[in-house]
Amino acid sequence: MDKSIITNPILKNNPVTVLVLGICSALAVTVKLEPACVMAISVTAVTGFSSLIASLLRNTIPNRIRIIVQLVIVALLVILVDQILKAFAYDVSKQLSVYVGLIITNCIIMGRIEAFALGNKPLPSLIDGLANGAGYGLILIAIAFIRELIGSGTLFGFQIIPESWYMANGGWYLNNGMFIMPPMALIITGCFIWLQRSFQKDEVKK
Amino acid sequence: MQDLISLFVKSIFVDNMIFAYFLGMCSFLAVSKNVKTAVGLGAAVIFVLGVTVPLNYMLNEYVLKAGALSWLGAEYADIDLSFLSFIIFIAVIAAFVQLVEMVVEKFAPALYSQLGIFLPLIAVNCAIMGGSLFMQQRGYETLAEATTFGLGSGIGWFLAIVSLAAIREKLAYSNVPAPLKGLGITFIIVGLMGIAFMGFMGIQL
Repeated sequence: MDKSIITNPILKNNPVTVLVLGICSALAVTVKLEPACVMAISVTAVTGFSSLIASLLRNTIPNRIRIIVQLVIVALLVILVDQILKAFAYDVSKQLSVYVGLIITNCIIMGRIEAFALGNKPLPSLIDGLANGAGYGLILIAIAFIRELIGSGTLFGFQIIPESWYMANGGWYLNNGMFIMPPMALIITGCFIWLQRSFQKDEVKK
Repeated sequence: MQDLISLFVKSIFVDNMIFAYFLGMCSFLAVSKNVKTAVGLGAAVIFVLGVTVPLNYMLNEYVLKAGALSWLGAEYADIDLSFLSFIIFIAVIAAFVQLVEMVVEKFAPALYSQLGIFLPLIAVNCAIMGGSLFMQQRGYETLAEATTFGLGSGIGWFLAIVSLAAIREKLAYSNVPAPLKGLGITFIIVGLMGIAFMGFMGIQL
């Protein structure tokens, strides 16, 4: 099988930085690493399995009502994810609040079903879905890493910046509260896109 | 009445869908290249949010919430269907968008040719789904509150997309580094606009 089906969505055709899909529910969960990781895993699972199911059903779905059918598939998977999170990771599910439900309207999922799963066999569709989810998760985790490290001085809740550096303990360091605010997520994403496009000159659009 | 007005102002500025919660980003970035189309999509979002939020409010209140089915009889009082809310909400939104599309196409062809392409986009716009989910999560108490919240969020979204479109039209004349052109600079602009909107954050209404 062609390897590009896995590597393409993660780097060259990353769903977030190149195709601009699925930023909607992504940026708000990147204040801390833990919810970002949970979100990344949830989205990867939903993207993979919804592509798989849609691909299995691709010859039976009437073309006119396919959007509704796809929405139902995705909504069912998201309900499963939501119930699992509520049962096993209640704190994180509280932090993610409405953004778990918003996985349904995440454009990556519908985009992959429309663009790939409806025209391909189940196994490649599953892999394509998982790879796209992973590409999305990668960006999410990278943003959360920067925001949590600079904004709160912690990673996964563990203190990384030494306590003795802080002004409260007579040091010189202060957390940059700006990075916890919503707008910084956008600006960091903008910088990622900038970086990626300066390394991949052929991606630059007029 | 005063509560409603402050809720309205709050949902437009303080809890702006785009700048505070990043909802509806995909179409926000894709359709903000010129002011005219941005106005069209923005108006469609106001309308759909203003109708689906109260619709979903009623469904939530009388069907989905724990004990909501008690109007059917005492034996239904302890049923909790809230785990179904995602699928019901999205079904209502998709069905409503489809319905509006058909009605507008039949009775107002001129409006349809302006709005037509945006209507199907709206079914998967996170702002619409987000409106319904926030309504459920924050537990608005009356139908009037839910409607006000829906309309207010819609207007907030409209203002955001129109102002971004206006900025991007002007941006066409400026000298941006090549790799930052297009998407990158748009993200940074939205971030800066978000910082401006943070000025509303401290306001208690």
